[in-house]
Amino acid sequence: MATFRLNINNTAQEVEVAEGTSLLWVLREHLGLTGTKYGCGIAQCGACTIHVDNRPMRACMLQVDNVSDGQKIRTIEGLSVNGTHTVQKAWIEAQAPQCGYCQSGQIMQAVALLEENPNPSTEEIKTYMNGILCRCGTYMRVIKAIELAANTQST
Amino acid sequence: MKNKAQTDPVEGMSRRKFLKSSGGVALFIGASGMLPHLISCKDSNALKKQLQKHPITAWVQITEDGEITIYNPAAEMGQGSMTSLPLVFAEEMDADWSKVKVEFSPQETDIYGSEGWAPGSKLMFTVGSRTTKSYYPVMRKAGAQARYVLLSSAAAHWNTPIEELRTEDSFVIHENSNRKISYGDLVPYLSMPETLPDLSESDFKDQKDFRLVGREIPRTEIPSKVDGSAQFAIDLRLPQMVYGVLERGKLNAATPTLTNEDEILAMEGVLKLVPFDYAIGVVAKTLEEALAAKKSLQIDWSEAQASGFNSQDIYPEYKQIADSRKKGDAIVELGDVGQAMKKAAKVYEVDFKNDYVYHAQMEPLNAVIQVAEDKKSADVWVGSQQGPDTKLGVPDLVGVPPEQVNVHLQYLGGGFGRRSMNDFVNECAILAKEMAPLPVKLIWTREDDVSYGTFRPLSLQRLKACTDAQGNISGFSHCVVGDGGRLVTSGARNDHYDIPNQLVEWRETSHGIRLKHWRSVGHGPNKFAIESMLDEIALDQSIDPVDLRRKLMAKSPRALATLEKAAEISGWGSPVAEGRAKGVAFVEHGSMGTGICEISVDRNTGNIKVHKFWIALDAGVVVQPDNVKAQMEGGIIMGMSSVLKEQITIVDGRVQQSNFHDYNLLRFQDVPESIETAIIPSTEIPEGVGETATPMVAGAIANAFLKLTGKRLRHLPFTPERVLEVLNA
Ligand code: FES
Ligand code: FES
Repeated sequence: MATFRLNINNTAQEVEVAEGTSLLWVLREHLGLTGTKYGCGIAQCGACTIHVDNRPMRACMLQVDNVSDGQKIRTIEGLSVNGTHTVQKAWIEAQAPQCGYCQSGQIMQAVALLEENPNPSTEEIKTYMNGILCRCGTYMRVIKAIELAANTQST
Repeated sequence: MKNKAQTDPVEGMSRRKFLKSSGGVALFIGASGMLPHLISCKDSNALKKQLQKHPITAWVQITEDGEITIYNPAAEMGQGSMTSLPLVFAEEMDADWSKVKVEFSPQETDIYGSEGWAPGSKLMFTVGSRTTKSYYPVMRKAGAQARYVLLSSAAAHWNTPIEELRTEDSFVIHENSNRKISYGDLVPYLSMPETLPDLSESDFKDQKDFRLVGREIPRTEIPSKVDGSAQFAIDLRLPQMVYGVLERGKLNAATPTLTNEDEILAMEGVLKLVPFDYAIGVVAKTLEEALAAKKSLQIDWSEAQASGFNSQDIYPEYKQIADSRKKGDAIVELGDVGQAMKKAAKVYEVDFKNDYVYHAQMEPLNAVIQVAEDKKSADVWVGSQQGPDTKLGVPDLVGVPPEQVNVHLQYLGGGFGRRSMNDFVNECAILAKEMAPLPVKLIWTREDDVSYGTFRPLSLQRLKACTDAQGNISGFSHCVVGDGGRLVTSGARNDHYDIPNQLVEWRETSHGIRLKHWRSVGHGPNKFAIESMLDEIALDQSIDPVDLRRKLMAKSPRALATLEKAAEISGWGSPVAEGRAKGVAFVEHGSMGTGICEISVDRNTGNIKVHKFWIALDAGVVVQPDNVKAQMEGGIIMGMSSVLKEQITIVDGRVQQSNFHDYNLLRFQDVPESIETAIIPSTEIPEGVGETATPMVAGAIANAFLKLTGKRLRHLPFTPERVLEVLNA
């Protein structure tokens, strides 16, 4: 057991867990930030996507030891107050989610995309989002939502 | 204060009264007049018990500020039940939708069930796309009853004849005296009518007056699914909760012998080892400790029925079974296929094959269960498709009566048939009983979920068809070889093709592999076989595939309308871009629809690219059109995924795949440019839509491929290797 300090959604957090514990379990089971999901544990599904210093990362591949409190972790819970981020609003407008389980990962990846590239082409969207699986098959609407969000941002 | 009746059931009970109408409908209302509840139930004792346990239980509650809570009795797994069922209720109640909140109902079948398989039976079971169809009449009636109570209370309050009143958007209106009162303001005056009429179809709203049903209404639970707050069972955290995992091996029904028990028990955080017939369970303080212990387990596994079974080598044996003179179970027998074949001008015979596929719902199986310290009751938090036993087998395992088990239904991170089975709930119950009163969260890792999956069975379809001298299809025989009964035979019958002589037959096999309903069940493989067969005949006769189906559907106007519409929106018959072709397939699964796709093939890689998909659907009355379109899109994507990529293989009884690196799902880069759905307007009762699109895909792609290349894809999935093999043959 060791104590780890993290900066999550602009809040300093302290957890005591075994060294090598995955950041995904730390977020979900120790800190209760359950919007970030477990889907595969091996960087194949993207359900656990979070931002570390604004870059999309798979929480299941990060060990708590590898993240310092100088790095800013952002989860779906930290994206906005009351789900009002442009991307979240576009998601509602497109009625994108079905079961919803993959959607935090979709949204976190999409936010990172639009921060990097505010006006992506459909092909760029598909490429950037390719790591995030959705078994319900909401891909068409996720693409639409990203396009909606990009349009809103640019007007 | 006004919530007192909710929080104090016993006191509340004494102030409430029950009525029964001729139709066996009990109306329950808070005698305080503040919290009316409406419940349909045959047994008023069950109702009383229910209300004691769940004081805030009913189809609806109204508060004085006009807020309306409607209870959803079905599981929400992305198909939209959290909106569609309450919407139907609100439509009949004439509720202001902006004031409606939706909650899950308790899992009590007698009160909240809809008609089950047997007439007169009740069932809470979100399977087979039955939710909207089976609950449509239930929700209409309950909503109309709620409206009647409001109307009769206003009539009494104003002393006017009830016939002079009308309702609109949460108001009761009396035009003659120019008065109106909101439902919320009416709450203090609510009273029980002397008798509650047994409302039926003629009392319900005319479809042309619908304000909610059939409109574009956003789904109620979507906002919680974009901010991470929607709660799935896997998200639950309870004080003192501990974690359970099981090691189940890769060979179904093998029995384990643990050889390093002491070592495991000495590991950090490990609390208990729980042996199962088919697995070793570990309970630990944290998830990471439980997973570490699971990894360290040293287990000797026995052999089992599936030992020696190699899935990809089994097809020659299946062919022999199909060749054999020994008949199987006849599922459909229409006319005399044998005679038709004898008299035929031409006979066609083709075998189709399909490998195992896995559900891959994105939320791995899990449950949280807490057994009380005295072991006399249990609470269960689970994402379940429910079942004939809404307590999911927990009472027997924990040793308590069903009414002492409280099931708290959570959102499902995908169902697709996997969550209509309770294996994971039962495992958790066994661990929770051991650990009482500590709550146990059981998690299946993705590897567990794949390796100990329950699959859509591998099967072979032998289709034989014949045409008479005029070229009409006169006989059609469909023999399914495989394990699982309805799991392999569903969808093999043709209800809309007018073929005088038909036979569907099932020849059983058994390999000891775990099997389960998988979205659209046998429809996937069987519609693939049927629709491909039709196109092979069309090609041989030089008939356009749509024309061929037009002829066959002559006596099924609804089916035909979907065919015509799909042909229209897809521009069937007009020129297609170089290197592309269109294919068509028809499916009925409750609702019915025709799907058409446009594909191209990379002849170097064997990659099939689906460019566009069009669907025309007849689903009867459509409650939420946009949601139906979402179901079509999702169904097509899942269909494409299974048809182009997904494959579980078994070697010596052991499942060879373990996670998404070797069980491939369709990703963004493979999606079509568009999936367009046309909904045929209808006043017929609503039919399920969740499983109609998926089985269109294989036939439509195979038929487009045939048109494009002249070659036949007859074995699912159409992986690039198989496509190349067919192209180069
Ligand atoms: S859980 Fe991290 S990528 Fe799947
Ligand atoms: S919405 Fe269900 S997995 Fe994506």
